[in-house]
Amino acid sequence: MSEAPLIELEGITKTFGEGAAAFQALKGVNLTIDRGDFVAVMGPSGSGKSTTMNILGCLDTPTSGRFRFRGVEVQDLSRDQRSLLRRRYLGFVFQGFNLLARTSALENVELPLLYRGESKKRRKEAAERSLDLVGLLPWADHTPAELSGGQQQRVAIARALVTDPDVLLADEPTGNLDTERSLEIMQLLTDLNKTGITILMVTHEEEMAHFAKTIVHFRDGLVERVERGLKAGAFATSGEHV
Amino acid sequence: MLGMIGATFLLALREIRRHLLRSFLTTLGIIIGVAAVITMVTLGQGLTADVQEEVSGLGSDVFIVFPQQSDPNIAPAPFDDADIRAVENQIAGVEGTAGSVSTNATAFHNGQDWATSVEGADSEFFATQSIDVIEGRGFNQEEEARGESVCIVGPKIVEEIFVADEVIGEQMRVGNVSCQVVGVIDERANSVGGGDANDVIFMPLKTVQRRFIGNADNVQFFIVKYDPAYETAVIQQQLIDLLRERRVIQDGEDNDFNIVDTAEINETVNTITGTMTLVVTVIAAISLLVGGIGIMNIMLVSVTERTREIGIRLAIGALAREVRLQFLTEAVVLCCFGGLIGILLALGLSVLLAGAIDLPFIFNPTVNILSFVFSAVMGIVFGYYPAHRASRLDPIDALRHE
Ligand SMILES: Nc1ncnc2c1ncn2[C@@H]1O[C@H](COP(=O)(O)OP(=O)(O)OP(=O)(O)O)[C@@H](O)[C@H]1O
Ligand SMILES: [Mg+2]
Repeated sequence: MSEAPLIELEGITKTFGEGAAAFQALKGVNLTIDRGDFVAVMGPSGSGKSTTMNILGCLDTPTSGRFRFRGVEVQDLSRDQRSLLRRRYLGFVFQGFNLLARTSALENVELPLLYRGESKKRRKEAAERSLDLVGLLPWADHTPAELSGGQQQRVAIARALVTDPDVLLADEPTGNLDTERSLEIMQLLTDLNKTGITILMVTHEEEMAHFAKTIVHFRDGLVERVERGLKAGAFATSGEHV
Repeated sequence: MLGMIGATFLLALREIRRHLLRSFLTTLGIIIGVAAVITMVTLGQGLTADVQEEVSGLGSDVFIVFPQQSDPNIAPAPFDDADIRAVENQIAGVEGTAGSVSTNATAFHNGQDWATSVEGADSEFFATQSIDVIEGRGFNQEEEARGESVCIVGPKIVEEIFVADEVIGEQMRVGNVSCQVVGVIDERANSVGGGDANDVIFMPLKTVQRRFIGNADNVQFFIVKYDPAYETAVIQQQLIDLLRERRVIQDGEDNDFNIVDTAEINETVNTITGTMTLVVTVIAAISLLVGGIGIMNIMLVSVTERTREIGIRLAIGALAREVRLQFLTEAVVLCCFGGLIGILLALGLSVLLAGAIDLPFIFNPTVNILSFVFSAVMGIVFGYYPAHRASRLDPIDALRHE
């Protein structure tokens, strides 16, 4: 596996708006992430973390610079090609859970498979497996309104996992949760990382960042510092959620 | 892809059910438009069929000629046998003629009596009018030439004064005339004279002329059957010219007779129903256009309301065309429901109205299927722009939408 890195950002800039109102949110981000890494992205509010995640998630395109994903130049792809990339390799857990309202947990989790053209039977099987993984199988028929915040976030993770993605992108997955629920989620992400999924997660909390193997610090639209080879899972080994 | 369409369809149904009242009100324009068109076409067909049946009771490819004065106070001169023979012999394209007289009389049999009409008619008359003798026989030439006292009765007469008795061969009295029943005719919808076509006693023309009217020559009207290969208008003009000459009508004077062309009646009715259908179609088209704009409007509202949902779908990997398909399906399903309700409404209305104005109800599958297909097409036409808008949304903006 000595091929190209999974993710390579080279001189990424992103400018919102035009003319006098133009605002440069990213000012030349360089970052390389290898397969199997567990990355925590940290930084002050407005430093460009979400903007970077959206670009990494192929939801947005950089104004300039190069983004290579599995060796593919993403900035050259069309909108639909990026959608295809998303549905094939990426799982996204958004800031705020973003589940479909009035739709059961199971159907929410099935959604990405629907767009992959999977049969109803396979959709259901995979969605149930995914819900089981996050410990929510008994809640499969509940709508988001009937679930707690932590449960909703776990449904969102189940949805991101259902397609067996290479990369799981999570923008503040614990932002709306109390510490105990947050730790549960982190435990879950750690377990997933152990199965080989590369995880990129934005967080404001040191406590959560300690689960990661790599911490990327953002400041003013630039990567300020990268800490690699951290002893991940300091909290995870405490045995609370085995 | 098939699973995708199935899932999209179910989703559309769920979305419509979620806003049932709104969906119903939205499709009202389509419902009314479709119902109006189908009802009108159905009733128009019923009317046409009704008139055609009446006209066919008068015989096809025939003129009915009767005296008629433009001034109702002057009695026009009747036609007589000589006129009829002249028409038959002198005008090319005339295949046959048949005169008729009728009067009222009371029929007696076996202690029963019944007031009815007596019509003088020979076998040619039976032929041009397509009157079928279903029991016994028609008149023979001898009976017609000598004016014998034989009669053929309508089903109503059998019912009223013969009851369960034997009919053929029985003697009955009609007015002052005693006659022998030789035949019974089939049920008929209409007769030239109007009135109940089944409540009638036929006798040979001569018999009625002599014994009931007291004039051996005059007829009240006569029928001219023509070869449809000839130009109708030409024959009609020749007929008018001949009769004017025989009745010595000066140039500039009005005809003192009238000619009814059964083909012309058909045409008139077709024109009338055609015009009515056109008017209703225009009204329906306006209703459908308004309905279509309503669909477009509500779909745009729906897209705005569900921006976040669209964002989620796009972010999860839905392609633009898949989002477009979803909203297009919703619009089409909505319109199809409208069409379906319109069809059912039209069915109810047509049956009710047809009953109320005494027309036959004729179900027309073509117009129903076309209406349904048209509704679906409306869904595509008016749903396309909102669906396109939905598919063009930026996933990040859409996700941020509250
Ligand atoms: N669509 C946009 N239009 C204009 N400015 C934007 C847009 N999106 C982000 N920005 C700006 O870009 C900068 C970086 O935003 P970003 O969302 O990446 O920050 P962040 O690091 O995720 O912050 P937070 O921790 O608050 O989520 C901010 O100053 C923000 O106001
Ligand atoms: Mg952010």
